[in-house]
Amino acid sequence: MAETTTEGSDTIEALTLVPKAEAKQSMKDFKSDQEVRWCPGCGDYAVLAAVQGFMPQLGLAKENIVFVSGIGCSSRFPYYMNTYGMHSIHGRAPAIATGLASSRRDLSVWVVTGDGDALSIGGNHLIHALRRNVNLKILLFNNRIYGLTKGQYSPTSEVGKITKSTPMGSLDAPFNPVSLAIGAEASFVARTVDSDRKHLTEVLRQAAAHSGTALVEIYQNCNIFNDGAFEVLKDRQQAEEAVIRLEHGQPIRFGTPLADGLGSKGVVRDTVTGDLRVVAVTEENTSQILVHDAHAASPTTAFALSRLADPDTLHHTPIGVLRSVDRPVYDTQMADQLDSAIEQNGKGDLSALLTGGDAWTVVG
Amino acid sequence: MTSQVSSPAEQADGAVVGEQRKPASEKDVRRLDRVIIRFAGDSGDGMQLTGDRFTSETASFGNDLSTLPNFPAEIRAPAGTLPGVSSFQLHFADHDILTPGDAPNVLVAMNPAALKANIADVPRGAEIIVNTDEFTKRAMAKVGYATSPLEDGALDGYSVHPVPLTTLTVEALKEFDLSRKEAERSKNMFALGLLSWMYHRPTEGTEKFLATKFARKPEIAAANIAAFRAGWNFGETTEDFAVSYEIAPATQAFPTGTYRNISGNLALSYGLIAASRQADLPLYLGSYPITPASDILHELSRHKNFGVRTFQAEDEIAGIGAALGAAFGGSLAVTTTSGPGVALKSETIGLAVSLELPLLVIDIQRGGPSTGLPTKTEQADLLQAMYGRNGEAPVPIMAPRTPADCFDAALEAARIALTYRTPVLLLSDGYLANGSEPWRIPEIDELPDLRVQFAQGPNHTLDDGSEVFWPYKRDPRTLARPWAIPGTPGLEHRIGGIEKQDGTGNISYDPANHDFMVRTRQAKIDGIDVPDMEVDDLTGNADTLVLGWGSTYGPITAAVRRLRAAGENIAQAHLRHLNPFPRNLGTVLKRYEKVVVPEMNLGQLATLVRAKYLVDAQSYNQVNGMPFKAEQLATALKEAIDG
Repeated sequence: MAETTTEGSDTIEALTLVPKAEAKQSMKDFKSDQEVRWCPGCGDYAVLAAVQGFMPQLGLAKENIVFVSGIGCSSRFPYYMNTYGMHSIHGRAPAIATGLASSRRDLSVWVVTGDGDALSIGGNHLIHALRRNVNLKILLFNNRIYGLTKGQYSPTSEVGKITKSTPMGSLDAPFNPVSLAIGAEASFVARTVDSDRKHLTEVLRQAAAHSGTALVEIYQNCNIFNDGAFEVLKDRQQAEEAVIRLEHGQPIRFGTPLADGLGSKGVVRDTVTGDLRVVAVTEENTSQILVHDAHAASPTTAFALSRLADPDTLHHTPIGVLRSVDRPVYDTQMADQLDSAIEQNGKGDLSALLTGGDAWTVVG
Repeated sequence: MTSQVSSPAEQADGAVVGEQRKPASEKDVRRLDRVIIRFAGDSGDGMQLTGDRFTSETASFGNDLSTLPNFPAEIRAPAGTLPGVSSFQLHFADHDILTPGDAPNVLVAMNPAALKANIADVPRGAEIIVNTDEFTKRAMAKVGYATSPLEDGALDGYSVHPVPLTTLTVEALKEFDLSRKEAERSKNMFALGLLSWMYHRPTEGTEKFLATKFARKPEIAAANIAAFRAGWNFGETTEDFAVSYEIAPATQAFPTGTYRNISGNLALSYGLIAASRQADLPLYLGSYPITPASDILHELSRHKNFGVRTFQAEDEIAGIGAALGAAFGGSLAVTTTSGPGVALKSETIGLAVSLELPLLVIDIQRGGPSTGLPTKTEQADLLQAMYGRNGEAPVPIMAPRTPADCFDAALEAARIALTYRTPVLLLSDGYLANGSEPWRIPEIDELPDLRVQFAQGPNHTLDDGSEVFWPYKRDPRTLARPWAIPGTPGLEHRIGGIEKQDGTGNISYDPANHDFMVRTRQAKIDGIDVPDMEVDDLTGNADTLVLGWGSTYGPITAAVRRLRAAGENIAQAHLRHLNPFPRNLGTVLKRYEKVVVPEMNLGQLATLVRAKYLVDAQSYNQVNGMPFKAEQLATALKEAIDG
């Protein structure tokens, strides 16, 4: 068994309770027989392909994998995965998945959601799943628009967005999903982009390996209602200046490479305010460039990193794993409480329970 | 109306069960067949605890009993005010009884507010025990007494016992190292001791209870026990209480068996644990705290050693969502709530209808609409349960009839959910939830077998001969679909709230398929096997049928007994299954010239039976947050018979 799971979910602690595949898997094993019905050119195709392509790396028995979604374009995802799946109702996938994951620790439970589903109608469930640290992997497809209802602004749309429901421009300030997740006590928060298959796969791998709730924000292009929303992050030339690729243990540098092979810009901590800012890297300040620590106990720096991005231009958008820390996992603790209740009181005796302490007997 | 004096005076002769305290004096002892006592005080006075203890003593003594706790939604309403009054009524008897009683024979009023709030329910001739210490000018003025009702003749015709309960309690506890305030807190135990003497209640249980409850504060435990004993001794020695009463155990009322006293919410909790064991499935409760359902969450949370998982969710929607997720994973899944919570859960109930997964939705109904009356009872969620969802979303509905019946109702609701793979709505209410009565504890081998078979392999052969699994291929008898839980190899499938193709479960927008699926889901619920309704028609020729459902069983049955005792001819039937109705309901209704439906709503069951069976069912309604009184119902039914 072990030799077929070459990528080693055996070694991933978060997945030790999930049975392993008996034979080597391929991407094909994870494709369902259903026709994929997203608009041609939709970013969702790329994510689906990345997930189907990545799943064999985990080597899990596919009957022990469950995809749960809410409502929205991305929420059709489970239909296309040849695993167990539930396409539920708007915003509620984290709640449903919490019940499943906390009652079945032998499952690998994934939530697929969108910016409207997760952050608007389902905002409450998202933040509570994150703070509880249930063993869920949440893929948040953020296209900054409502697609399935044909193009209204979403909670991540930039202010002033002209849509059918906001002909004079939207008024509300957007959420930054990564900031929100960090504020909600998330133990794992990452961001990636639909078109960067390699990066996306690496982030998924790290999310799968995480014990507890992992939130992965995936910037995803809606070519019908919000085309090019993330173009600045994808266009090779512009991306160099816009994207900050985070890697644990590496100095946070981006932009045109300097002689040392690293970017010409870097992130430093302002000694006065403690906040982070972007500076041109010089010989003098190289040693002051912040080294990324995804495992820092305090969420402060991860939060500050998440605030570097300009919500309008998307300049200085960090991608990668912003935060990944160990924290007690809800479902593990729930199971532990059951075990210790049995240890303390013995396995439940129904007859004794029903009789209680104050019974009396009537004899005929 | 029960009189306090229903048999000649008798000496106490040791007939009292329980070997502890017995009245030893030469005082009169009278034998009664039943008594209704109401304890009333401030919501901080411990009246519910006092009532609970008196109830436990009475249960262990072997009387039949029925209780009605009645308390404000505020945890501590302003002291001494009418809205802050909390009361506990207990009816106990030497025979089988059905209700907590209409009118108290004894009122214990711990302050002027308690007297004022309850006196209207107390008939002249009854005994009133008042805590005179609290009848200060200021306290009386607060509730609108310009002069003292104890002195101005307002209580003429009552047998009033003025007792300085607070002073006596403080005096009794002077040896203890307690502040006056702390000592005063035990006055409810003094009152309990006094009443326990008056009615020859066993006392051992209460002393044991106090010792356990305050195990970490032995001084407080000892003080409470001392106050309790002082109350007893006060009754024994003071001349004001010349008579004590015996109510013999209700030996005829109870078939052979082991009994305990149980409230509706406790019985329901135990029913769920029993259902989990009988189904051999782990119990999963997803719930959000709401009155009067929270006690089920509390109770189930105490029994993790039965493999019970309780999840206190962030809201009502997440409560049912988590339960539904657990159901998908193969748990016996439950969500508990009250009416406002059902409103929030509606969309998820609809999803469960579409997914065809077993799920218990337990609604402990309370006064509505909106927040309504959180601590009062009502049965006005029937139509919400029946119709409160988008689309055609039929759900089986059941209602227990008494507190103890909540146990069996939970098992029956689980049977339906598991057999037919459907959400089931169980409608209890505040009266059943908090009220209590003796319950014959079942033997485990009497409980129904609820085991289910998960799908294990392919269930369909395609034209090309290949074996496949179809998640919506139905059992031809029950129309239930297979329950294939994650972890089962080869049965990977996707389900969702979008309309599904018959059989395959794939998304389908086909018009004919939708029509077929809507009708099939309805047919599945309509076809649920429910027992025929029993009709209690002694003569077989009554013209009038009284039809009830849920918690009105006690008052309706008590009213019917009264009418029959007065020579009236009336038939009675009570519905446990509200969707689908029992097969014989239509036939039964058509047998009677008049059908009267008493409900604690504005006629919801009456609306359903009128629509379904075209019978001219007449409503009798009360929506005041309280259960019907037997006398009032008897009068209304008499009018119907004569009308």
